[in-house]
Amino acid sequence: MLTRLLALIVKEFLALLKDPKSRTVLIGPPLIQLIVFGYAATFELKDIPYAVFNEDRSAISRDFEAAFTGAPSFRRIATIRSEEEIAPLIDDRQVLLVIHIGQRFGAQQLSGDPAPLQVIVDGRNSNTAMVALNYVRRIVNQYNEDWLKAHGQSGLPAHLESRAWFNPNLESRWFFVPGIIGMLSLITTILVTAMTVAREREQGTFDQLLVTPLRPAEILLGKALPGFIIGMVQGTVILLIATLWFRVPLLGSLPALYCGLALFLLSGVGAGLLISSLAVTQQQGLLGGFLFMVPASILSGFATPIANMPPVVQAITLIDPLRYFLVVLRKVFLEGAGFDILFGQLWPMALIGVASLSLASWLFRHRMY
Amino acid sequence: MKTVFDALRRIPVMRRTPASLTRLKALVRKEFLQIVRDPSSIAIAFLMPLFLLLLFGYGVSLDTEHVPVAFVAEQPSADTDDFRSSLLGSRYFAIATLRTLPEAEQALREGRVNAIVRLRANFSERLRRADGAPIQIIVNGVDANTAQLTLGYLEGAWGNWLTRRVASRGGELTAPVQLEQRVWFNSELKSRNFLVPGLVAIVMTLIGTLLTALVMAREWERGTLEALLVTPTRMSEILLGKIIAYFTLGTGGMLISVGLAVWLFGVPLRGSFWLLWTCASLFLLAALGMGLAISTVARNQFVAGQLAIVGTFLPAFLLSGFIFDIDSMPAAVQGVTHVIVARYFVTIVQTLFLAGDVWSVVLPNALALLAMAAFFLAVTWRKSRKRLE
Repeated sequence: MLTRLLALIVKEFLALLKDPKSRTVLIGPPLIQLIVFGYAATFELKDIPYAVFNEDRSAISRDFEAAFTGAPSFRRIATIRSEEEIAPLIDDRQVLLVIHIGQRFGAQQLSGDPAPLQVIVDGRNSNTAMVALNYVRRIVNQYNEDWLKAHGQSGLPAHLESRAWFNPNLESRWFFVPGIIGMLSLITTILVTAMTVAREREQGTFDQLLVTPLRPAEILLGKALPGFIIGMVQGTVILLIATLWFRVPLLGSLPALYCGLALFLLSGVGAGLLISSLAVTQQQGLLGGFLFMVPASILSGFATPIANMPPVVQAITLIDPLRYFLVVLRKVFLEGAGFDILFGQLWPMALIGVASLSLASWLFRHRMY
Repeated sequence: MKTVFDALRRIPVMRRTPASLTRLKALVRKEFLQIVRDPSSIAIAFLMPLFLLLLFGYGVSLDTEHVPVAFVAEQPSADTDDFRSSLLGSRYFAIATLRTLPEAEQALREGRVNAIVRLRANFSERLRRADGAPIQIIVNGVDANTAQLTLGYLEGAWGNWLTRRVASRGGELTAPVQLEQRVWFNSELKSRNFLVPGLVAIVMTLIGTLLTALVMAREWERGTLEALLVTPTRMSEILLGKIIAYFTLGTGGMLISVGLAVWLFGVPLRGSFWLLWTCASLFLLAALGMGLAISTVARNQFVAGQLAIVGTFLPAFLLSGFIFDIDSMPAAVQGVTHVIVARYFVTIVQTLFLAGDVWSVVLPNALALLAMAAFFLAVTWRKSRKRLE
């Protein structure tokens, strides 16, 4: 029996890897993609292009301008002399924001009145706009504090002391790189499984498999293992890249992480084989793969937090295996978690995996054409 | 014998017949019949945009509200209650009042709260001292973006509380410089207004490429392409027939997406519809071209499917400017984004929806789409011609 199974697994590996194009698609892209996406996926802004419209000629307003010139996240593109110049710069996306200093900016500060500072932001990408405004606010707050201190005014009755746990510098890359590991693992499982059964059905070889002494469970195992093994190997390589290249700290328990990876691959392979056994043609398999993969990644909390979703959609995310794997990845990497904390994430993936695999194996026999 | 060979050589192997409209019509009809017979193409074109836009339009949001925050006052007093009520009044927080810091830290570790606000035992006393009282904040930094937003909200709540407190004591708290922010195009900073147009672009990439990724490979695999080629049909007609059929299908999907964005999600369409239509058509051509190129290069459906999975979704999702700002990426990665078709269309739709007909943005990006469409179709054409030999 074992030799039979082994022969089947060898055959599946051959089917996947004998075509040089297929081999390249399986091995090359995940590594390149991790590196490219690892650099691309960040919410931090660099070199925010901005323009200054300063109607005040005072030394105070020039001091204020210097606060922005010195800030590393900002890059001054233009100096504006009239109101009409603002719109074209923003419309063309040449600048993200315009800082408008009014005529009495310096005088107001000296007389103790609040001096309004107008900041006009391009809101086409609302998240970028929000992040940029936060940067501006921080600079203005710092300026205010310095100004009050320099002019001998009493301090505020209370101040904030903020600290961030697990990611002290609030680097969003530390959040996204583990997420990308999850996404790439998902894609690999779908890549390997979603079209396999459909291809055999289309070519008629699946019927041949069914009349061999192999039982459906064995056929299932033969189809599932290559995806699982490739996913494990690839997962190991991208974990190494994440820690050695991107220097994301890996604080938690490695066995827990691998347990999470294994269970996730199980559920991903299960979903892929389920799609594959439902599909009659490879086209349908591909479509099904996308209809699973795209929602699974967007609803996983990869870029947009699940907590922001409406309750109905949050309920849907409960059947998304990637949702649990991302928590495992981030908790093990950054929070140093072990099995005790992750148990709540591990069993749902196991459940999804077992359920989808059993259904797929049932479909092998009962969906005949 | 020799004369026989000479005679054979004189027979043209492939006579170039003039293009014919009737033949093209027949080919288009054939493609449509194939589409109708395998409903998965129709599902890709019409159900997928509906399903994805509904799911994401409702599901995806970067607008963080009701952040769970633990509030710890080590010695509750009128002052700490006052501060707590200023947090309770905000829609940005869901406050859980806990007794001690270790309890709150445990909650943070278990993910039940995202942040801790802690007022030490001597808070009231230090409020009245010259150096002021510290308010300790601990955020979970794993999701750095949410953490930044939470810190921003807490700063806002703190500022309001200070102003109110100083005013109620007859004082006046004036910051020398007061920030007045004006956000153009999306004054409420609703993330849905920028995510939904971007989604239209993502969904269209998937539709366009998926529709065609397998069609050429399928014909090669089944040998039907050879069958077609022994008829007077020309390769360009076969390709054109496929493009026309799938272009029609894709246009239907595009209309559904735009309709949903405007009528269901209330995203303003400030630019002209016809300009959007034109750009979307160019984009659809490029996406279909990419699918056909994948299909032709791979030559078998399995590999074509793999290429489509790897080459479309994640690049369009992460490198198109849909979520992540391209200008903030390292120069090398920015260079890579130029080969992503979706990048140009995301820029166009975000501008056309929210800002209007800004030609200086639309025109270069539309030209880039045109160039990419031409490139992919040329690759397809060349590769399929070679295969004839």
